[in-house]
Amino acid sequence: MSNILWIIIGMGVVTYLPRLLPMVVLKSKIIPPFVQAVLTNVPYAVLGALIIPSVFIIHTGSLLHITVNDFLFGLIGGGVAFITAFLEWNITWVVLSSIAVLVVYHLFV
Amino acid sequence: MLSYQEADQKPTHLLNKGIKSGIPIAIGYVPIALTFGLIAKTTGLNLADTVGMSLFVYAGAAQFMALQMLAAGTTGVEIVLATFIINIRHFLMTASLSERLHEKSLLKRAFVAYGITDETFSVASLQKGEIKALYMAGLLLMAYGSWVVFSGLGFLIGAALPEVLKSSMSIALYAMFIGLIVPSLKKQRKVIALFSIAAVLSALFSLWLSSGWSIVLATVISCVGVEAMIYRKSKSVVGEKHHE
Repeated sequence: MSNILWIIIGMGVVTYLPRLLPMVVLKSKIIPPFVQAVLTNVPYAVLGALIIPSVFIIHTGSLLHITVNDFLFGLIGGGVAFITAFLEWNITWVVLSSIAVLVVYHLFV
Repeated sequence: MLSYQEADQKPTHLLNKGIKSGIPIAIGYVPIALTFGLIAKTTGLNLADTVGMSLFVYAGAAQFMALQMLAAGTTGVEIVLATFIINIRHFLMTASLSERLHEKSLLKRAFVAYGITDETFSVASLQKGEIKALYMAGLLLMAYGSWVVFSGLGFLIGAALPEVLKSSMSIALYAMFIGLIVPSLKKQRKVIALFSIAAVLSALFSLWLSSGWSIVLATVISCVGVEAMIYRKSKSVVGEKHHE
């Protein structure tokens, strides 16, 4: 077997383990209420951490090398998503309208 | 006649609901998977390795990192270790989702676990009510399908998508994340606190740490911190009442 195949298998195993373990171990309901509450909080916090700072550095990848163009790209695309989401549009339309506005923006810049 | 709730639980309905919720993820994965396929080719992988990595690893950030490390001549052990570290955040997400997954069968839970990504987790968690394996299957069909198919297409016809469209489409997943969180931000002050504290910390940590670690740390501190504040407040309220 080639080296790359082993790497893929190894990567697959170490990626699946963190996904699998909590799912089978936490099946029994013996988790203390405080921990349960903390786990319920995860989606809201993780979205904050996933969006910021990444949305402003989509093309450069690091806050240390942030450029005006990249910042504006994220601000406009994210801004359109924020407004359409605030108006409670269906998420697919939120996504498509952000893309559409950025395509138009690209044509002018 | 089925009651509303029973109709809601019908297998085809659950699957369809998952597929529908998966559409924005499928769109969002297109530019990333295409780019992955293209870079994999230039790194020297063949088509089978490229599609195989998307099939068996199914983790965007880790796959890009692996390509970078392969190009730099890093050893396999280091690549696997780095993959583990970058994906530890899924532990947190699966632990949270596990609480809400109404499924007893271990096999089904193991199947659902395979499909957990930043995106599927966010979409599933922010929908109301209990989460069933069939809903997750629909979600996975769209997300996994898009990721695998477009990785292959990226290898074969990587440069086909116009640059303007590809660049603009790179906003898609962030637009989806924003679309998911905003309705909740409108309703609850606790959500605003959780979101903003994690956002500020993640930006701060990203200056020193890799994105995997900064996401995990920011999330944990925000979740525990906000819950601890609420807990202390509720205790002091009880304490004051006790004094009266």
